[in-house]
Amino acid sequence: MLGLAADRLRADMNRLLAFLFHQGILDEQFLQLQQLQDESSPNFVSEVVNIYFHESEKLLRSLRSLLMDREFSDYNKMGIHLNQFMGSSSSIGANRIRNVCVAFRAASEQNNRAGCLRALELLEHEYCFLKNKLHELFQIQQQRVLAAGVRYPMQNI
Amino acid sequence: MGMAADSEFHVLAVDDSIIDRKLIERLLKTSSYQVTTVDSGSKALEFLGLHEDDRIHQNTPSVSPNNHQWRLQEVEVNLVITDYCMPGMTGYDLLKKIKESSSLKNIPVVIMSSENVPSRISRCLEEGAEEFFLKPVRLSDLSKLRPHLLKTKSKDHCKEQVDEKPAFPSPKQEGKEEQQQSKNNKRKAMEEGVSPERTRPRPNGITSMV
Repeated sequence: MLGLAADRLRADMNRLLAFLFHQGILDEQFLQLQQLQDESSPNFVSEVVNIYFHESEKLLRSLRSLLMDREFSDYNKMGIHLNQFMGSSSSIGANRIRNVCVAFRAASEQNNRAGCLRALELLEHEYCFLKNKLHELFQIQQQRVLAAGVRYPMQNI
Repeated sequence: MGMAADSEFHVLAVDDSIIDRKLIERLLKTSSYQVTTVDSGSKALEFLGLHEDDRIHQNTPSVSPNNHQWRLQEVEVNLVITDYCMPGMTGYDLLKKIKESSSLKNIPVVIMSSENVPSRISRCLEEGAEEFFLKPVRLSDLSKLRPHLLKTKSKDHCKEQVDEKPAFPSPKQEGKEEQQQSKNNKRKAMEEGVSPERTRPRPNGITSMV
């Protein structure tokens, strides 16, 4: 029965990952992150992803406050934020987010404020979606660890 | 501490992005390098011991272990890997400063960039960068580092044979006395008697790093 739970969790995890890759939400770079995780650095992926979340939310807030400002004209500053966001998204394999950043940057280079606003909304949406999915993934992984532990109760005292 | 064959090389990684620093650190450690990360070109130069007037502070007495760890003389850097786009001093600026420094110019420098700009790449290579990696950097990219690091070791060995102080250290080959000379690296701070374990070979010929 416990074995079934572990198997089902693994299936859930694989299904979720397959979905994320298939939809282009994540790309191969995320696999690279997973490969860098091992016994010496067992929480590497979640550590990096949590830093990414923290940085991204700061960037999104900055972008929104820039665009909400009626007097806004500093497209250069916006470009700097976007480059950062693009870079970090690319580094963790957040492919769709990175692509939205590219479109956002193009609008910014044309000083197209309306286009920037649309891109920002899309960016916020994509970010929310990714965050939820990755939290789901980490939860499954945590449950897997617990399920593996329950299988050998004597060792867990 | 004994010499570990695995951590024979020390890489200084420079990137203003905290995520990329964490990534490059993990990549380098996985490849068995010792790593130090800094978030700017100016901090990189400080770490390398290069000051505003382009002089290494020589003859500085060995400082106590509690004091600014990264200023200890035995900190040697075998390779610098730096992001190109950084606020203030860019990776290119850092590369130039390293190559213009008589004491640091032999340290191999690798540039990383998220943008594939051919003119940028050739400019860096012309300035003396050994490699140019596109981000995100992969483990397979790092395998390209080893030849550059090994080259610097053999260069170093030749210099010793002409009785010249090497520009940078070569910690390999335990038991050879001339390697002890290379431990007194470009910082040249170790006068006899100041730090015995670094200036005098151990009786059994094995060098050790503090």
